Amino acid sequence: MDGAIDRTLRQTWAFVFRGYHLTRRYISWVIVFNFYALTGSAAVALIGVAAHDHRLTLTLVVGALLWNFLSTLYNEIAMSVAYERWEGTLEYTFMAPVPRFVHLAGLSVFALCNSIVITTSVLLGLMLFTDITLAGANLGGVIVVLLASTLAFVGLGVMAAALPVLSPERGAEATHIFQGSLLLVSGVYYPVEVLPAWIQPISALSPATYTLAACRRLVGVGDPATTPHRLAGAPLATVVPELVVLLVMGAALVPLGLWVFGRVERWAKHTGRLKRTG
Amino acid sequence: MVLPAIQVRDLRKRFRKRRRLRKATASAEWALGGVSFDVAPGETYGLLGPNGSGKSTLIRILSTLLIADGGEVRVLGHRLPDEQTRVRRLIGRVSVDAAFYKKLSARENLLYTALLYGLKPSVAEPRAMDVLERLGMEERTFTVPLEEMSRGMQQKISIARALMINPPVLLLDEPTTGLDPKSRRDVQTFLEDLRRREGTTIVLTTHDMAEAERLCACIGFLAHGRLVAEGTSELLKRAAEAATLDDAFIKLTGERVTDGETPAAAAKES
Ligand SMILES: Nc1ncnc2c1ncn2[C@@H]1O[C@H](COP(=O)(O)OP(=O)(O)O)[C@@H](O)[C@H]1O
Ligand SMILES: [Mg+2]
Repeated sequence: MDGAIDRTLRQTWAFVFRGYHLTRRYISWVIVFNFYALTGSAAVALIGVAAHDHRLTLTLVVGALLWNFLSTLYNEIAMSVAYERWEGTLEYTFMAPVPRFVHLAGLSVFALCNSIVITTSVLLGLMLFTDITLAGANLGGVIVVLLASTLAFVGLGVMAAALPVLSPERGAEATHIFQGSLLLVSGVYYPVEVLPAWIQPISALSPATYTLAACRRLVGVGDPATTPHRLAGAPLATVVPELVVLLVMGAALVPLGLWVFGRVERWAKHTGRLKRTG
Repeated sequence: MVLPAIQVRDLRKRFRKRRRLRKATASAEWALGGVSFDVAPGETYGLLGPNGSGKSTLIRILSTLLIADGGEVRVLGHRLPDEQTRVRRLIGRVSVDAAFYKKLSARENLLYTALLYGLKPSVAEPRAMDVLERLGMEERTFTVPLEEMSRGMQQKISIARALMINPPVLLLDEPTTGLDPKSRRDVQTFLEDLRRREGTTIVLTTHDMAEAERLCACIGFLAHGRLVAEGTSELLKRAAEAATLDDAFIKLTGERVTDGETPAAAAKES
C-alpha cells in the first residue's frame, strides 16, 4: 500500500532524516553549541551558589533549562529558511510537493528531538556544578507544560522563519532580535515584576512567561516546604490556567504562522526573492 | 492534434530593481516580455539566449518557483500557479548550480529528496542508482560528501535527483554548462536515451549550439525576454541565411526587437 498517509509520513520523516544527517556531519559544531549552552547555563546557576541561596539557584537552574529548551526549538525552525538559503537548497525544498503544514511538522519533530538532547545535556552538566536535586519535583507535569509550550513556540518560529524569505540580509538578524526580546520579557532568570512597568504588559504576550511560571511551581520554587534536599513540587492542577493560556496561544500561533509564511512565500514568488543570490 | 505537454502564452515577468534608482529609470525592464510557445509530448525544446535573456526566469515559472505577472502557463494541462501542487509531482528540475547539502553524501541527498516526494526509499534508490550508472558514475562515490566531488559528478547527481521521481516533464537549466567534454557527452547521450525510452518531455536551456542541434527537435531564440525566432535548427539557419546555428543565433539575437514586432519566426514543423 502506498496511500496518502504513508506519503505524508515519509515527507515528515524527510526533515528528520535530513536533520539527523546534517547533525552527524556537523557533529563538531553541535558539540561546540552544546558546550556553549552548558557553560552559559552553569555560569548563571553559579550566581545562586555563590550567594548561598538555594531558592535563587533553583530559579536560575529552571530558567536556564527552559530557556535552552525553548530557544533551541524556536531557533531550529526560525533559522530553517536561512540555513537552506545558505546551503542553496531552498528552491528544491520549495518546489517539492510538500504541504507547508507537513514541512512544518517535520521541522518541529526534529527541533523537538534537538531541544530534548540539548536540555538533557545542560541538566546533566548543571548537576555537576550545583548540588540541586530533582527529588520531589513534578517532572511529569513539567513535561506536559513543555509539550503544551511547543505549539506556541513552533508558531512563533514559523513566523520568524518567514523573515529570511522577506529579506535574505536582514531576516536572520531579525529572528535573533526577536529571540533576544523573548529572553528579556519572559522572566527567564528573574520575576517579571522587576521589569520596567511599560515592559510588563509585553511579557504577558510571551508564551515563555507562562511556561516558566508553571514549571517553577511544578518544581517547587518559592514553596516554603522546599528544602535543599527535597523539592515541594506542586500538582499539575495548580498550573491549569497557564496550560490553557499556552494551548490557546499555540492554537492561534500555529495557524497564524502558517498563514504568514504562506503569504510571504507567495510574495517571494512574485518578486523573485526565493533565488539564492539576493 | 495532440495537446501540448507545455503551453506558454504571452508570458510576462518583471522584477523591480531593489536599489534606489533615479525615477526616470524606475520602469523595470521585462525579464520576460510576452513569450509564447508549445512543447509537444515527448519533445525536447531548446531555449537559447544570451545571459540575462530570461531563460532561467522561464524555467523558474515552469518550476512553480516564480509567479508570472501575466500570461498563461499549462503543464500537462494544469494551470500555473493555481494547480502548482499537481504540477510539482510532474516536474523534475536541474539547475546550473548543483544545489545540495554539501556535507551530506550523494546517497543521503538523494534519499532526502525521495522522502520529500513521499517515495519509498526502496523504490527510489534503485532508480537513482540506475541513472547514475548510466551516466557513468561509480558506486563507491555515493557515500562521499558532495563538496568533495567534481562539478561534473555533482551535476550528474543533480540529474539523478530530478529523475528519481520519474517525472514526465524535465526542466533543464544549463545542465552541461561548466562540464568537461566527456561528462557533457555522457549527459547528452543519457538525455537522448531518456527521451527515446521514456518519452520524457524536456525543456533545455544551453549556450552550446552543438548540444541544441543534437538534442532539440525545436529551438527557440530568446533575447531581452522575447522569443525572436523558433523552429528546427535547419529552419533557423535558413531564416537567418547563416551557415551554422552559431551564426544564426548571433544574427537573430544580436539585434533588438522593438515593441509590437512579430518574431522573425520560421514556422514550426508539425
Ligand atoms: N530573482 C530575481 N530578482 C531580480 N531580478 C532577476 C531575478 N531573476 C532574474 N532577474 C533578472 O531578469 C533578467 C533575466 O534573468 P535570467 O532569467 O536569469 O536570464 P538567463 O537565465 O537567460 O541568463 C535579468 O535581467 C536578471 O537580472
Ligand atoms: Mg540562467
